[in-house]
Amino acid sequence: MIYTAGIDVGSTQTKGIIINQDQEIVARALIMTGANVTRAGENCFVEALKLAGIRREQVVCVVGTGYGRYKVTFGDAQITEISCHAKGAYYLFPKTKTVIDMGGQDAKGIRVGEGGEVKDFVMNDKCAAGTGRFLGSAAEALMLDLDDIGPISLKARNPVRLTTVCTVFVESDIMSYLAQNKKVEDILGGVHSAIAARTISLVRRVGIEPEVTFTGGVSRNSGMVRALEERLEMKLNVSPDSHFVGALGASLFALERATATSTQGKSQAAGAGTSPTV
Amino acid sequence: MAQTSTAEKTQYQGQMHLLQKEIMGRYFERLTRAAEQGDGKSVYMLISGNPVELVHAFDMIPVYPEINALQLAVKKVALPFIQKAEEIGYSMDNCAYVKADMGLFLGDRKTPFATIPLPSLILCNYVGCNVYLQWFEHLAENCEGEIYNLDVPFLRDPSGVPSEKDVEYVVRQLEEVIEVCERLTGKKLDWAKFRRIVALSGETGELWSKIKALTKNIPSPYDAYFDSVTMMAPLYCLRGTEDGLRFFETALAEMEEKVRMGTGPLPEERFRFVIEGPPPWPYLKTFRDMFSKWGAVAVASTYSTVGGLWEFGFKHDPNRPLESIAQHMLQWNVTNRNFLQRYEQIKRYVNEWSANALVIHSVKSCRLFSAGQGDMREYFTKDLDIPTLLIESDIEDPRYFSEAQLKNRIDAFFESLEHKKLVRGGKA
Repeated sequence: MIYTAGIDVGSTQTKGIIINQDQEIVARALIMTGANVTRAGENCFVEALKLAGIRREQVVCVVGTGYGRYKVTFGDAQITEISCHAKGAYYLFPKTKTVIDMGGQDAKGIRVGEGGEVKDFVMNDKCAAGTGRFLGSAAEALMLDLDDIGPISLKARNPVRLTTVCTVFVESDIMSYLAQNKKVEDILGGVHSAIAARTISLVRRVGIEPEVTFTGGVSRNSGMVRALEERLEMKLNVSPDSHFVGALGASLFALERATATSTQGKSQAAGAGTSPTV
Repeated sequence: MAQTSTAEKTQYQGQMHLLQKEIMGRYFERLTRAAEQGDGKSVYMLISGNPVELVHAFDMIPVYPEINALQLAVKKVALPFIQKAEEIGYSMDNCAYVKADMGLFLGDRKTPFATIPLPSLILCNYVGCNVYLQWFEHLAENCEGEIYNLDVPFLRDPSGVPSEKDVEYVVRQLEEVIEVCERLTGKKLDWAKFRRIVALSGETGELWSKIKALTKNIPSPYDAYFDSVTMMAPLYCLRGTEDGLRFFETALAEMEEKVRMGTGPLPEERFRFVIEGPPPWPYLKTFRDMFSKWGAVAVASTYSTVGGLWEFGFKHDPNRPLESIAQHMLQWNVTNRNFLQRYEQIKRYVNEWSANALVIHSVKSCRLFSAGQGDMREYFTKDLDIPTLLIESDIEDPRYFSEAQLKNRIDAFFESLEHKKLVRGGKA
């Protein structure tokens, strides 16, 4: 049995996936990225190996993805998370035509073609407005745990209208609503609704064609899933592994590469264009 | 497999690059002499549709604050000047060229490349940018130089041709500029000399067109963005001079030789793209390497036409010197054209220069030139099915350049092109 791995070094968390030659997930590892990006990639891989109960030599190919992909120094190739999210989402939901990915600092829309390739993509500009970081700021302002704000937002009856999606200014907006005695759930309802609106207008630039798969760390937030579904008036595909989709896509690329290498010789590999290792 | 290019960095430096350094070095020495020894009178002008021929005819020195600003960015010394302008009230969102230049102008005007002379004439040919009008007015407020605002009407007619009245309107103003220059220099315009200069300009434009047509070859002999910028400074500062003409003769010969040899700026040309928008000067090399790594070569660029668009048949005419300068200003530079004409220009590049993709580099501090680029992306992607990447940083302000974010977008874009190439089993 051969194995391959995908390591997604994101701005906030590092995710690792190991799959076997039958494309079955055998391990998932998740650690905080922290300041040492190289170590985060390595530690995540070691953790995944431990969870899979296999030795490093059994993993024939590793693909790094995410912002820290070039720091996955033990990897065989680096592929952007855009290609990996498309690949991973297609694997989990083969009817996927559009991917909405929301991570710590990124929001992106990807139009997915046959076989999970990227047909087009858009990302937020150099501003974390409307990303996971925005939710983090909102949670901090309300002194709540990040994992709790989604479920609380679902209780909103009269969501407030936030005037900003600026990650810096959201705290002062929240303070002013608290001063007006607005309920926490209504403030959070407004927070989720504001991000959903901004993300949808971003993703519309590539076109929103069903089925739509929601990936990235923020997809674990039930409030955000509902806010997006309400605005889009459609169900979203959300997998329990949705925050691992980038790493999953990377592991699938690694498997394609390993399979092609073993069948066609060293000069051959498959998948998206792998960028030269630097 | 997706073949991976080994060309991560571009070291390409041709004869043309070396000669450019030499002649631009002489040009900057001339600026310093004018500034420090009072040798010659300077005319400040803007790049778009510049009437440099008139300036040379009076032996005055063309000085482009835009070039000064971009040189500051290239030398990585722009930020303190930008901050100085912000200290006196310029907004964070204001054009960073304006800020860098104002910060420089209000100080001792010393830079690592030259000392910039004070202007005798501030000739605001504000083709395509109304912010520039305020820029030159602010310069004029802070020196003794005389200001003349050359009002160049936008190309309004869908035909893309200016009316006779528009041409006449600009010619009348050029006649007024001649009177101003005569007064400032104390000598009458020598029309025979002026015609010779316009003729040299015509020949230079023709050589430049021939050089630009060479990038239709596969592989392209040079990068029509990153190497074209080397040719743009001589085109604006030295057009209409013997030095300028020699430079373009040398460049053409070198590029023709490269075509004969079948060589390009990279070991392997894997993608051909058209690029819209000015480059991020503070990180030019870093930005270039992001494309080189993928074997991607720009085969045409709209930026190389901001100062003049010669490749579609325009040529300065010594028999109608003022009319042809007026036409250059009105019709034959990208910034005075409307957005649909810009689309047409890019479409021609994609088709006639056999490009696979369009890259749009949007400028954060220039809303005027960047506005509408989102629509442009949609038009090329959705209506024409041309893969298009929209990225953003800045021409001048290093604070707007996020390397990781740009790299991510560029890598993802070429990954998807690479995939298309694989699926089609050949060149993308």
